[in-house]
Amino acid sequence: MAEALRAYRAVVASRARSQASHRASFRMDLVGALLVGIIEFGEIWVLYSATDQIGGFTLAQIMLVFGLSDLAFSLADLVAGHCDNLPLYVRAGTLDVFFLRPQPVLAQLVTSDLSLRRIGRCLVGATSLTVGLVLNDIEWTAGAVGLVVLALVCGFVIFTAQFVTAAGLQFFLVNGAEMTNAFVYGGRYAATQPTSVWPRSLLVVFGAVFPVAFAAFLPVSTLLGVPGVAGLPVWLGWCAPVAAVWAVVVAGLSWRWGLRHYRGAGG
Amino acid sequence: MNVIETEGLTRVFTGRPDRGNRLRRSRHVAVDGLDLTVEAGESVGYIGANGAGKSTTIKMLVGILVPTSGTVTTMGLHPLKQRRALARRIGVVFGQRSQLWWDLPVRESFSILAAIHSLTAADERARTAELVDMLEMEEFLATPVRQLSLGQRMRAEVAAALLHRPDLVILDEPTIGLDVLSKQRLREFLVAQRREHGTTLLLTTHDMGDVERLCERILVVDHGRLAFDGTLDGLARTVGARRELVVDLAVATPDLTDVAGAEHVRSDSDGLRQRFAFDPQRMTAARVLAAISERAEVLDLSIAEPDIEDVVREIYRATRR
Repeated sequence: MAEALRAYRAVVASRARSQASHRASFRMDLVGALLVGIIEFGEIWVLYSATDQIGGFTLAQIMLVFGLSDLAFSLADLVAGHCDNLPLYVRAGTLDVFFLRPQPVLAQLVTSDLSLRRIGRCLVGATSLTVGLVLNDIEWTAGAVGLVVLALVCGFVIFTAQFVTAAGLQFFLVNGAEMTNAFVYGGRYAATQPTSVWPRSLLVVFGAVFPVAFAAFLPVSTLLGVPGVAGLPVWLGWCAPVAAVWAVVVAGLSWRWGLRHYRGAGG
Repeated sequence: MNVIETEGLTRVFTGRPDRGNRLRRSRHVAVDGLDLTVEAGESVGYIGANGAGKSTTIKMLVGILVPTSGTVTTMGLHPLKQRRALARRIGVVFGQRSQLWWDLPVRESFSILAAIHSLTAADERARTAELVDMLEMEEFLATPVRQLSLGQRMRAEVAAALLHRPDLVILDEPTIGLDVLSKQRLREFLVAQRREHGTTLLLTTHDMGDVERLCERILVVDHGRLAFDGTLDGLARTVGARRELVVDLAVATPDLTDVAGAEHVRSDSDGLRQRFAFDPQRMTAARVLAAISERAEVLDLSIAEPDIEDVVREIYRATRR
């Protein structure tokens, strides 16, 4: 573990140097990521200019949901987003090289890169989250603080697990990015919306299978005491760690299964 | 201790199901019941035609691919179950795929690899300095890998694979595409590494020069089976791996059939160009040339190395009979 971290530090440090040496391009990437985030928030803004409430949530409340989920996703994207590149690594033979080093293959895939320009994206989520926390009338008990932190950590874990799940499936699917993007990026989008308006099928997919509802909406609903999904208890937001563990288990299985397939052990 | 040991090693690739017949899948036997033992300190050339099963064997030796049947141990370890322990003791160069970081300077790739293999700072410095010196990499240490010439990149790749002082070095087509000088430099380095560290060497190649200068033992694989296992001398005896010296003479000369140690093969343009075959184990090109020069004025010359494809084809022909 120690040498894995040492290697990661070396990768990150050299990435930072290399990206800093292309300043203009780095700034453009940064601004681009920032703009995409702002546009996505703009979409929500437009929706709320037509109505005061969607699924029982006001704009101020949904800013909390958007901020929390977007920040968690952006952080996951920063750390694990390049898992998307797996088919590229397979074709270039880089993946075979990972087998020749004394670290777990997945750990090497995740630590093979760190796209610092994605930090721009984190700023949008962080700002929205901060504004949401100020605008809403929250009683700042230790529990409330704990819930926000818990939601952020679990959201990060859930989204990171989604990237890994997608990577595992890429071993089977030729040009499978379209399919896996549906739940990775679709999941991100779903997480920024009020779950209460989802049809039942979406609830099953993004509430249970790819549990992104636990990344933001359900914890926020618990935090604000606003009922989330009809028929489900308000305290459900506290179950985010359960959802995170589930997402990690799914990711682990998907990855192991994919790797077995790659090595030709059947799968 | 045996560095590599395989017994009945077999790998079958199954294709995707047929469109017409879902139960039928195409089957391709890449490696077929391979029994192989390599002892510590050996240097083994693993040659064969394209698709003969060389790369598949290597991938099973290092734990990338799972054998369909049979057993394999490398450095006494199980390549799948003990992959990470094995990775600390072997160094692998795939000529066609890079293990360096594309956009980072060579130096930084080395320090990341040193971290991966948990070399101490002092060890990293000493080993890097040694490799930089032996492979003459000083001039491009600060250059990003993507800007290196092929020869420079190969040297960096070999250094990267040998940074952690592996006991077994596996090279898959290490000299492919290199110019004569780069090839020579790389071979000299590998010979020196073996001499100093007793490293075991296994290499696949299409270059007869690699085999002649690096390998004491040669394995020829054909359709996943071992077709030849022996020394270079044995191989030369089996297939007659001779060199050919082509000379252009100043004036048209009758066939020079009496050159000692060389056989006159053919004359062109009324004897202006003549070809001689000789066994490099017994004769040198210089001595053949000297013998020819005594008889005629040589304007130009070239030496054709035996094509490894021809050697392999000869072996195949001999064993399939």
